[in-house]
Amino acid sequence: MKVKVLYFASIREKLGRNAEEIDLPSGVATIASLRSHLRARGGAWAEALADGKLLRAAVNQDMSQPSAAIKGGDEVAFFPPVTGG
Amino acid sequence: MKISIQQQDFDLGAEVKAISGNPKIGAVASFIGLVREVEMTLEHYPGMTERAIGKIVEEAKARWQVMDCTVIHRYGALKPNDQIVLVAVASSHRGDAFAACQFIMDYLKTQAPFWKKEQAAGGARWVEAKDSDDKAAERWK
Repeated sequence: MKVKVLYFASIREKLGRNAEEIDLPSGVATIASLRSHLRARGGAWAEALADGKLLRAAVNQDMSQPSAAIKGGDEVAFFPPVTGG
Repeated sequence: MKISIQQQDFDLGAEVKAISGNPKIGAVASFIGLVREVEMTLEHYPGMTERAIGKIVEEAKARWQVMDCTVIHRYGALKPNDQIVLVAVASSHRGDAFAACQFIMDYLKTQAPFWKKEQAAGGARWVEAKDSDDKAAERWK
């Protein structure tokens, strides 16, 4: 089951990519667990998505909490707190 | 209702005129955000920006009497004094127009997926979100 993951702003710069498709491993069914799963790649991932880093996430273009559920076919995005307006 | 995420500049007068036609409208309140002091580039999340602002406007309509509303937010490269964002609300009375306009701006600052990168002397740096913006949104809860 694949999800599309998008990265924006400083996260995008640190990771060197703006999007990817990920096969959701079994057991990864929330924003928080997806973040841990990506963090486990190490290097820039461990740093950009570190526990202490204040990040926001969206599922299917709705701002979501870490506990929000994700499933195959979803569009997930990770980004810093927004600074528009 | 009009929500536009665009690169090009906008004209306040034209936008206000466009939402003032209904004879029941007695008040139009508007806000313009400008670039202050530095050059910057605005990034956004296409799709989510329109959706998030749409949700904010729907909430404003649920809380106040909003007869019409326009939100325009630019993205891309902007210079000092450039216009960034417009919020204009038309209501029968000024209480609703003022409150809805401020509410929409306060929520946009914390919910709309834009990110500013400023050109500073030492190079480009991403602007950090401010606590004061979160507090401004909180007061409407």
